[in-house]
Amino acid sequence: MTSNYHITSHCHIKNQTVSLNGVEVFHDDSELFPDFIKHVYKAFETKYPKFFKMDNLSKLAFLAADIILKNENLDTQKEQNIAIVFSNKAASLDTDRLHQEAIQNSSNYFPSPAVFVYTLPNICIGEISIKYKLFSENSFFIFDTLNAEHLASYSNSLLDMKKADKVLCGWVDFDENHYEAFLYLVAKNGKTAHSKEHITTLYNT
Amino acid sequence: MEALKLELKENIIEQLNLEDMTVADIGDDDMLFGDGLGLDSIDALELIVMLDKNYGIKLTDPKEGRHIFESVNTMAAYITEHRSK
Repeated sequence: MTSNYHITSHCHIKNQTVSLNGVEVFHDDSELFPDFIKHVYKAFETKYPKFFKMDNLSKLAFLAADIILKNENLDTQKEQNIAIVFSNKAASLDTDRLHQEAIQNSSNYFPSPAVFVYTLPNICIGEISIKYKLFSENSFFIFDTLNAEHLASYSNSLLDMKKADKVLCGWVDFDENHYEAFLYLVAKNGKTAHSKEHITTLYNT
Repeated sequence: MEALKLELKENIIEQLNLEDMTVADIGDDDMLFGDGLGLDSIDALELIVMLDKNYGIKLTDPKEGRHIFESVNTMAAYITEHRSK
């Protein structure tokens, strides 16, 4: 599939490591995700108190997006025409389980509103949109594995139809301490062609 | 009452995930919402659940919460008067 667009930057967070554009920029020995992601937050000086109120999936997506968008030197006071197209396998299952635990015992029924609001995977898109003033198109797809072909064609359509100037897309998955975020920014100009093959190559390296 | 205020501050920090904040950072009269601790609407719902779970107080009128959750002092006074556990 040919494309007029390019991948301008990409971020991968997995196995206690953060990579930006293929270069390892952070590693931490913390085996538990909450410890690891807190160290990432502090290392990248994100300074966003609401981060600690997010669920695990949102923390993962938020920081991967933040690392990419910081690199773009955006004016965070201005609205940005950047669409978001995310995907994963587990949806919001990690938080769904937490909520289910809180409601399964009718004699001790105290569901947490702060947990319940994260029982949809696309809430993580909202968290990123609030921080970076992104009011453009957004979608969250569920697949067994990264579906590069679908992400590429969907993002290209948004750009072709001028629904957005850029698209932040990729894979962000969290389930039972297994985590992986692979996000990339697609724009008109850049070095790497936006194609299924390049997405797959970047994801697998 | 002082023990209850301390307990409330500890619970607020833990339940509302106020990272990097300690009980010493919350004054008894500090506004919990708005310019004070900057809590939001979801935090307000968490505080309502906390009253029910920890003190057996069910708030049925959301307007009541506006005064009760003004500060740790107002929360402690309301809990002292209405708690069932």
